[in-house]
Amino acid sequence: MITAGIDIGSISTKAAVIADSKLLGAKVIFTGYNAEQAGKTVYEDLLQELHLQPSAIQKTVATGYGRNSVKFADKTLTEIICHAAGAHFLNPPVRSIIDIGGQDSKAIVVDVNGNVGNFVMNDKCAAGTGRFLEVMARALEVDLENLGDLSLQADHPSKISSLCTVFAESEVISLIAKGENRANIIAGIHESIASRVFSMANRVGIVPPVVMTGGVAKNIGFVKALEKKLGITPTVSKYAQVNGAIGAADLAAGLK
Amino acid sequence: MIGASKMGVGLCETAEGMGYSPDLCSYARSDIACATVNGGPIGGLPRPDMLVCCNNICGTVLKWYEVQARYFKVPLFILDTPFCHVGFADEAKRYVRRQLDEYILFLEKTCGRKMDNNRLKEVGKLSLEGQRLWQAVLNTTANRPAPMSAFDAFFHLALIVTLRGTRDVIDYYSQLLIKMKDRVARGKGAIPNEKYRLLWDNIPIWPRTRWLSQKFASHDACLVADTYTSAWCGTMKYIDENNFFDSMAEAYTRIYLNIGIDEMAKQVLEMIDKYQIDGIVMHSNRSCKPYSIGQYDIQKIIEKERGIPSLMIEADMVDERSFAESQVETRIDAFMEVIKQRKGR
Ligand code: SF4
Repeated sequence: MITAGIDIGSISTKAAVIADSKLLGAKVIFTGYNAEQAGKTVYEDLLQELHLQPSAIQKTVATGYGRNSVKFADKTLTEIICHAAGAHFLNPPVRSIIDIGGQDSKAIVVDVNGNVGNFVMNDKCAAGTGRFLEVMARALEVDLENLGDLSLQADHPSKISSLCTVFAESEVISLIAKGENRANIIAGIHESIASRVFSMANRVGIVPPVVMTGGVAKNIGFVKALEKKLGITPTVSKYAQVNGAIGAADLAAGLK
Repeated sequence: MIGASKMGVGLCETAEGMGYSPDLCSYARSDIACATVNGGPIGGLPRPDMLVCCNNICGTVLKWYEVQARYFKVPLFILDTPFCHVGFADEAKRYVRRQLDEYILFLEKTCGRKMDNNRLKEVGKLSLEGQRLWQAVLNTTANRPAPMSAFDAFFHLALIVTLRGTRDVIDYYSQLLIKMKDRVARGKGAIPNEKYRLLWDNIPIWPRTRWLSQKFASHDACLVADTYTSAWCGTMKYIDENNFFDSMAEAYTRIYLNIGIDEMAKQVLEMIDKYQIDGIVMHSNRSCKPYSIGQYDIQKIIEKERGIPSLMIEADMVDERSFAESQVETRIDAFMEVIKQRKGR
């Protein structure tokens, strides 16, 4: 059975195709203004890369903030359940997932079958999410992709205390004005997000093994900061960013 | 009413323009602003002759009523009820009881007439009867399917809040009770296909009640009970019909928001059992700190004692600026998926 999963997030849109419990491929593009179009584009492009006809796909599940704009999906499910399924698919022993996406971060505990036992999502605002990092990268004139490596050069991470993205940005700007070095500022930003995620993880009661998913998992500096806070080393799959889409495709296989 | 008619944001902004902090409870902000502009759905409340407040719900009312008393230049009486962490101490009882004497003196002076004991008994009996009937109405939702939901209760609540002690309440709830019993007899539920039964905690998100009720109904979930509407009849057990004056002190002091978190959790657990609840929806209400502060602990206690999941929604009862629809929607959808997964769909 061949199934597809589409995950339309606030920043990026992902698609994955699974055939008989094997991952055939996955793809990521920017969501941009039109979520519906992004869902279609990433799906069609992926099928083309995999030399598959749309008719070959038996079931499709959509997830993410734009899930309801995927008209051709057989079902929509939230990221929580899809990330749990995706992490379980890629790494069956996993018991906890920390997912940091564009505008949400979440901590999920799953049972041995990958079913969600409990979850906590960021509350109040977008602090501690991918969007937060994006804003900071812009303020620091650093490419988002380079934040992780740069932060590893820090010798004394700065303290970023504001939770509000806008205020934290002005904090960062005043640190730059004071001549603080970039690596330290970036490391400080990572630590501030890590401590938010840490309290979420505590609330939900995470247990190892822990995996980290979502776009922010690609940021090695952040993963290290989180590891330090948690005292647990999270594994990061190379499919971290498309984990939700993989989970959606996996759950699509279970649809009647 | 201001919240439900979506007039809260404008009034809150007016209050903030007057210098009140956005962190102040939005009921207080709305009311303070409303008085100055005769705003809200009914163009403001009539001018008061006096103001009376009781801090059994929170400390905010104290300052709020002082502000209003100054604004309207009317006398103010404050009934001070000490917080009851566990029981109700004798000193607390004496303290509150004594204030009731002062209260009567205040009323006699302000109204220019003597207290009528018989009338007190009459109103007291009507008030208690009203509460009994309201509880009886709420009890009907223990049936499967529930004949009404918490969203209906939020609506019918208006009478016990504003007309308690009058015949109207009794007539209205007697009728409502007959109607609900009839629905139960006919197996008619509040939502078309009740599969999951949820409990709501905290004050409703007034401007979004319709959206929320539709959202939950789309998952075949009915909010069958809540800690809010039941608080209006939650201290009946302390009231002695033959001794209103003494028992009043206790009934006023031991209300849901004036007791310790363990006590609150105990009540929530009782409701879980009584209404056969599958999950709890907690509104972490930016405005109401006393209602929201223990929620994480209550959540933990429930998880431990009954193992049922709970959802936290961040919002505000009146101020829509604290409501993010797509965020709330994702959390509700995810919560329902977890409940469905647990119950094997
Ligand atoms: S809503 Fe909460 S904070 Fe506001 S007056 Fe009522 S109890 Fe106090």
